[in-house]
Amino acid sequence: MKFAVTVTLKKDVLDPQGKVVGQTLKNMGIKNLNQVRQGKFFEIDMNEKDSVKAEGQVKEMCEKLLANQIIEDFKINKTE
Amino acid sequence: MKSSVIVFPGSNCDRDIAVALEKLQFKNSMVWHKETELPKSDLIVVPGGFSYGDYLRSGAIAAKSNILSEVIRTGKKGALILGICNGFQILIECGLLQGALLRNSGLKFISKDVLVRVQSNKNKFFNKYKDGEILKLNIAHNEGNYFTNKKHLEELESNELIPLKYCDEEGNTDLKSNPNGSINNIAGVFNKNKNILGMMPHPERMADKILSGEDGLGLFLSLMN
Repeated sequence: MKFAVTVTLKKDVLDPQGKVVGQTLKNMGIKNLNQVRQGKFFEIDMNEKDSVKAEGQVKEMCEKLLANQIIEDFKINKTE
Repeated sequence: MKSSVIVFPGSNCDRDIAVALEKLQFKNSMVWHKETELPKSDLIVVPGGFSYGDYLRSGAIAAKSNILSEVIRTGKKGALILGICNGFQILIECGLLQGALLRNSGLKFISKDVLVRVQSNKNKFFNKYKDGEILKLNIAHNEGNYFTNKKHLEELESNELIPLKYCDEEGNTDLKSNPNGSINNIAGVFNKNKNILGMMPHPERMADKILSGEDGLGLFLSLMN
């Protein structure tokens, strides 16, 4: 069972990398770009048939290690 | 006094701090991160460097190591803990200190000498300095931009939990004298009980007149006081 986890900085936290990437894209001529927020992506493969249990475990992973909840938000999607 | 310096794969200021401590006659032990017990010590130092290559977030992996659960346990009981640079990041990641250290606002790794002002000497770590004393210390980091929520920031300011702020030669703590974007020019913070200190500047690099300067020595002398 596979999960896709994305971790991004919270809305009010300055994301300097995202800002620079966004500015560069604008410079490349993409005029209708609003903004870019940069984050991290994790693909997590669990040896587990019970999807509720597995998703609970992935959530725990996010809370305890993958995201720093003071500054970051996370999203979990079941992919397989 | 006895001290312990925790060593992770990627630590690179562990020997510098050991030299500084031993110079002042601390009986120091180096403790590998896989250990599960700490030697009896009056001071525990989590040194600077790049533990685990800064994977995931600086300090995040080290914060889950075996020895850190011991450091957390003794810290909660009141042991003196000093986290420098990556050590500060580790103390934040493991929850002993509050807030977060973001990427420097200028997006560059900064390695240079900076001035910091001692905001308060009424604690175990800075009692040998004068209140308002300006020190020249070295910083070397990519994620030293301290950030915390408004409520915690007020708590830090009103309880003298910010012992060091970046400043200029006159002691002004403004945007110009702020190297990395830290909120309120914060260079170091305490926990509520002031037994745990995290700081981005390296006092151990200013512990020898011939090499660099002696502005960092006062911190170790304070701890012995």
